[in-house]
Amino acid sequence: MATTITKTETFVGKRIRRKEDPRLITGTATYVDDIQMPGMHYAAILRSPHAAARILAIRTDAALRHPGVVAVFTGKDVEGIGPVPCGASLPGLRVPYHSVLARDRVYFVGHPVAVVVARDRYIARDALDWIEVDYEPLPAVADPEKALEPGAPAVHPEWPDNIAFTYHQEAGDVDKAFAEADVVVKQRIVSQRLIPTALETRGVVADWRSGEKSLTIYSSTQIPHLMRTLVAQALGLPENRLRVVAPEVGGGFGSKLNVYAEEILMGFVAMKIGKPIKWIESRRENFLCTIHGRGHVDYFEIAGKRDGTILGLKLKLIQDLGAYHQLLTPAIPTLSVLMMPGIYRFRNIRAEVIGVFTNCVPTDAYRGAGRPEATHGIERMVDMLAAEIGMDPAEIRFKNFVRPDEFPYATPTGLSYDTGNYATALEKAMEVAGYHQLREEQKKARQEGRLFGIGISTYGEICAFGPSPATPAGGWESATVRVEPTGKVTVLTGSSPHGQGQETTFAQLVCDELGVDIDDVVVQHGDTAMVPYGIGTFGSRATAVGGTAVYFALQALKEKIKKFGATLLDSDDVSFSGGVCICNKTGRTVSLAEIAAASYRAAKLPPGTEPGLVSTYFWEPPNFTFPFGAHIVVTEVDRETGAVEIKRYVAVDDCGKVINPLLVEGQVHGGVAQGLGQALYEQAVYDDNGQLVTGELMDYAIPKATMVPRIETDRTETPTPVNPLGIKGVGEAGTIACSPAVVNSVVDALSPLGVRHIDMPLVPEKLWRLIQKGGQA
Amino acid sequence: MIPQNFTYQAPKTLEEALALLADGTAKPLAGGMSLIPLMKLRLAAPERIVDLGRIPGLNYIREEDGKIRIGAMTTHYEIETSPLLRARCPLLATTAAHIGDMQVRNVGTIGGSLAHADPAADYPAALLALEAEVRLVRAGGERTLPIRDFFVDVFTTALEPGEIVREVVVPVEAPGTGTSYQKVAHPASGFAVVGIAARVRRGDGKIALARLGVTGLASKPFRADAAEKRLEGTDGAETDLRAAAAAVTEGVEANSDLYASAEYRAHLARVYAVRGLRSALQAA
Amino acid sequence: MTHAITVTINGKPYAHQVEPRLLLIHYLRDVVGLTGPHIGCETSICGACTVMVDGKAVKACTMFAVQADGRQILTIEGLATDGRYDPVQEAFWNEHALQCGFCTPGMILAAKQLLERNPNPTEEEIRHGLEGNLCRCTGYQHIVNAVRAAAARMGG
Ligand SMILES: Cc1cc2nc3c(=O)[nH]c(=O)nc-3n(C[C@H](O)[C@H](O)[C@H](O)COP(=O)(O)OP(=O)(O)OC[C@H]3O[C@@H](n4cnc5c(N)ncnc54)[C@H](O)[C@@H]3O)c2cc1C
Ligand code: FES
Ligand code: FES
Repeated sequence: MATTITKTETFVGKRIRRKEDPRLITGTATYVDDIQMPGMHYAAILRSPHAAARILAIRTDAALRHPGVVAVFTGKDVEGIGPVPCGASLPGLRVPYHSVLARDRVYFVGHPVAVVVARDRYIARDALDWIEVDYEPLPAVADPEKALEPGAPAVHPEWPDNIAFTYHQEAGDVDKAFAEADVVVKQRIVSQRLIPTALETRGVVADWRSGEKSLTIYSSTQIPHLMRTLVAQALGLPENRLRVVAPEVGGGFGSKLNVYAEEILMGFVAMKIGKPIKWIESRRENFLCTIHGRGHVDYFEIAGKRDGTILGLKLKLIQDLGAYHQLLTPAIPTLSVLMMPGIYRFRNIRAEVIGVFTNCVPTDAYRGAGRPEATHGIERMVDMLAAEIGMDPAEIRFKNFVRPDEFPYATPTGLSYDTGNYATALEKAMEVAGYHQLREEQKKARQEGRLFGIGISTYGEICAFGPSPATPAGGWESATVRVEPTGKVTVLTGSSPHGQGQETTFAQLVCDELGVDIDDVVVQHGDTAMVPYGIGTFGSRATAVGGTAVYFALQALKEKIKKFGATLLDSDDVSFSGGVCICNKTGRTVSLAEIAAASYRAAKLPPGTEPGLVSTYFWEPPNFTFPFGAHIVVTEVDRETGAVEIKRYVAVDDCGKVINPLLVEGQVHGGVAQGLGQALYEQAVYDDNGQLVTGELMDYAIPKATMVPRIETDRTETPTPVNPLGIKGVGEAGTIACSPAVVNSVVDALSPLGVRHIDMPLVPEKLWRLIQKGGQA
Repeated sequence: MIPQNFTYQAPKTLEEALALLADGTAKPLAGGMSLIPLMKLRLAAPERIVDLGRIPGLNYIREEDGKIRIGAMTTHYEIETSPLLRARCPLLATTAAHIGDMQVRNVGTIGGSLAHADPAADYPAALLALEAEVRLVRAGGERTLPIRDFFVDVFTTALEPGEIVREVVVPVEAPGTGTSYQKVAHPASGFAVVGIAARVRRGDGKIALARLGVTGLASKPFRADAAEKRLEGTDGAETDLRAAAAAVTEGVEANSDLYASAEYRAHLARVYAVRGLRSALQAA
Repeated sequence: MTHAITVTINGKPYAHQVEPRLLLIHYLRDVVGLTGPHIGCETSICGACTVMVDGKAVKACTMFAVQADGRQILTIEGLATDGRYDPVQEAFWNEHALQCGFCTPGMILAAKQLLERNPNPTEEEIRHGLEGNLCRCTGYQHIVNAVRAAAARMGG
């Protein structure tokens, strides 16, 4: 037998450039709009221009007369399918029936009313102008607080109070805590509606094979398997007749963690016309009809002692739900409640959540999903308390952190924080930023009349969603690892990465476990016909949960490899490492490729062993993971104009063990940019009639290259015991940490003028007005 | 995303183009950076388009008789990088660099920008400060207008049906002239929330000439005459600049939108007028 | 009425009959089958559709195919020569300047134009030069790093 060189290179922990990139940098990747099929037709959707209206009549004949138009479907044609599913459940939750096309009424601007099918996309678009709809406009309400006022227009006539649910959570003795407090600080804090704006809009291709009675849906989604189950149900199709493929996906950030009317509709259309159908969302539709994020009005009260000890926190949370529940809509604010104590030790909390219908597009999970709102709240309140008692914001945090010896730490909201060393992260951030020196600089700047601010946020987050009992649809993940007869390795994952780089990180895991080269590993995902059932990519779970499934599949596989190795080496004492099986007695070796070939040739099977080298593992995590970190932001506000300049941005994140630092930095940068977008620029604005004023990228500002500062990143590393890899997850950290750090910094800058709080986004005019007022006071 | 259909004509000569445009029922197409987005949103749906892009001789920057002549089809990028303009009329080149983004500057034209008359466009501020002239042509005639007579209202100019912008004429700057273009860009669109073009010259220690072009503030770009007058003859001290800037917004009905109310916009105009004048004076 | 156009795309000649309203981006993607350039908006803001026309980076969503008649077009698919990546492509890969990759084809061509005009740009110049290209994933930092790295590679 040939002697083989043992591979010793390890891949985990290295900055390895991504395996997915060659197709992306050459423009040869296949996103959903890149799919073309013979006989393909195109759909365009007519949408309501009113936020609330009765539909009196729809006339489609003019459109149907055009030779290029194949069909037009309206609400009455789709009564047998749907509804658009809501996967969240809460006691007493009111769930409006969410039909895939409006029936007799529309509930928000953009509500789908009719779908046109045409031979090309240009004619489909033209045909929208040929459909006439008579509407009787009705009063609408777009603001969640106004929706709660008596006499407000009812979004759904059956529920005149516009309340979808209320939810209460309490722990400790809140009243006592507040009674004993030296100081109580109250603040209304808005986490404005945001538009996720993945650069690729949504899109669906549906292909019906009538002979096989099978439907394939290609959709730009984060959750192909869940979509398959839910769309099959909505269409009344046996699930095994539906294949869902998530092709290359151009960003999601939660907006594609959903099942939308269009996926169901296109399946329906394909089955009706017997031809492949394509629908690609325009950017305007994306803004009008794809879920928005955030949308909170929070009333906080924090109680504390003069020495800085936090005693308790109260929250009344008004969640703007929009007109319907999308997949997880009502569940999102419950995540805010879970996260409301942050990483501090106080035990007394009370939360009152009111979920409110408005005539707007539904809110749902957007990067961070409930946790940014909570973190923004607690981090602002801690700063306000510190300001009230005249304490440094770093000091009050050190005083209240959960301590390293208190883990696992049971939070008053019912979570068990795995590990943490919060003080170390903050110390490191302060060291990188030169915190004490910055405070000196600030003194000087203030003497010169400059508005110079330093803001801290020390955040925790809930990642690696999650234990199944705590999630609406199962929180495990699946992985199959297959060594092919030639020794090449294929990984099938139930995760559905769309930019996060798991084709690389999972390959890195494989390389270290099996001793193969990274080019010999292919990671496949996103096709329900190809990979076993999985949950998908969201909630910073892909690596921590999906990667762990891969890890366990690899362990089982290694056992099998050893059995085959032992048979081939005719030994009862072998070990496997670096891609070879070695007989510990003779030193003879056999390579993985040789073992693989023998396992499929199956001429001689080890006792009790099946042929082949395939291993599948469904991993159920025992807990969430809880990454954390500290961000410090230095800002200066232009006194004359109110414009904010970010002078420094320091991010220290602890996401446990790291498989690929390059990718972690990328996630932090991207997350911070989105947090910065919320802090400074972004806001979905509806007017009183429910018209979206920020309806295009010409009005809604996502950060451009010139609007994002250089981010100084660093890490601490506190592994989690929740999974054997020690990985916590990092997808949302930057977003969660950033907005409070920026706002704290700007409030600090304006504090000499008596400013205590500012709601996001911190647009210049808002700051200028505060400066004006401060100047007069 | 998808425009309505239209008839497309691509004349090879100016005469041919003017004949095709003569009845006023067609739209000229230059860089398309304003017209095509409007068509894609179906906010514009011309039935006939006359593409000026195939006509040679409309794209140039040259000096003649102490003036610089710029062909209507000259792109923002060509203006931004023109060595002649950078040396002899830097204000226009600097202003061009503020327009949109690299791709827009690569194809957008000065003629198209003027004809489009977006109240938040950048060139108008500079051209007003430069006291430029626009040469307009139509089948069988031409005329030259001072730039301040060219802008009429929001998206409205003095162009008659069938008439096009042929050329823009700017002066060669006299020595000792300092200029500056200051812009507050809208964070999403990149257009000017306010844009201030300042142009000053000293003589005998005093400010001999002051010109201020303002865009973004009102329904059309304008010259801040009162401010100019207030500044001329002064020393150009900080207080003089402030006094002049205050006059920029006097009697002006300022635009208002989600990003900047009328009050704030007017305030920005004053702040940036001071900044613009200050930096123009430094360059003088 | 349709118009006959001939264009050279990535070095190869093409001839088609097109409606005047056909946008260059749809021509490239749907007619020619080059799906590297993407569509991210309808207001000419995002730059995902960026291609080179006669050596100038343009937004292919804001140009009619008829306007490109007789011109030379370069799309991302044509950037690598003889199977070798362009230094900008290589740098984007090395520096992890992409995540979902949707902005990448446009971003790379914009970066290429930027470096052609300014071989040794500062960070500020890079950010300014890329203002016409939105990326929602990366926060731009690795993109800036990649452009710098490409500049260094190309001897800027
Ligand atoms: C993303 C983006 C950002 C932008 N940002 C800015 C900015 O910050 N500042 C700014 O100033 N502009 C901005 N613009 C607009 C840009 O400058 C346009 O190039 C310009 O406004 C129009 O020039 P064009 O050559 O593209 O004209 P076109 O779009 O071809 O035409 C515009 C209008 O002018 C008419 N027209 C064109 N040429 C002539 C002519 N010679 N005579 C008569 N009529 C003519 C057309 O019929 C049409 O009505 C931006 C555009 C985009 C897409
Ligand atoms: S698709 Fe957005 S600029 Fe062309
Ligand atoms: S990598 Fe996703 S938009 Fe840039």
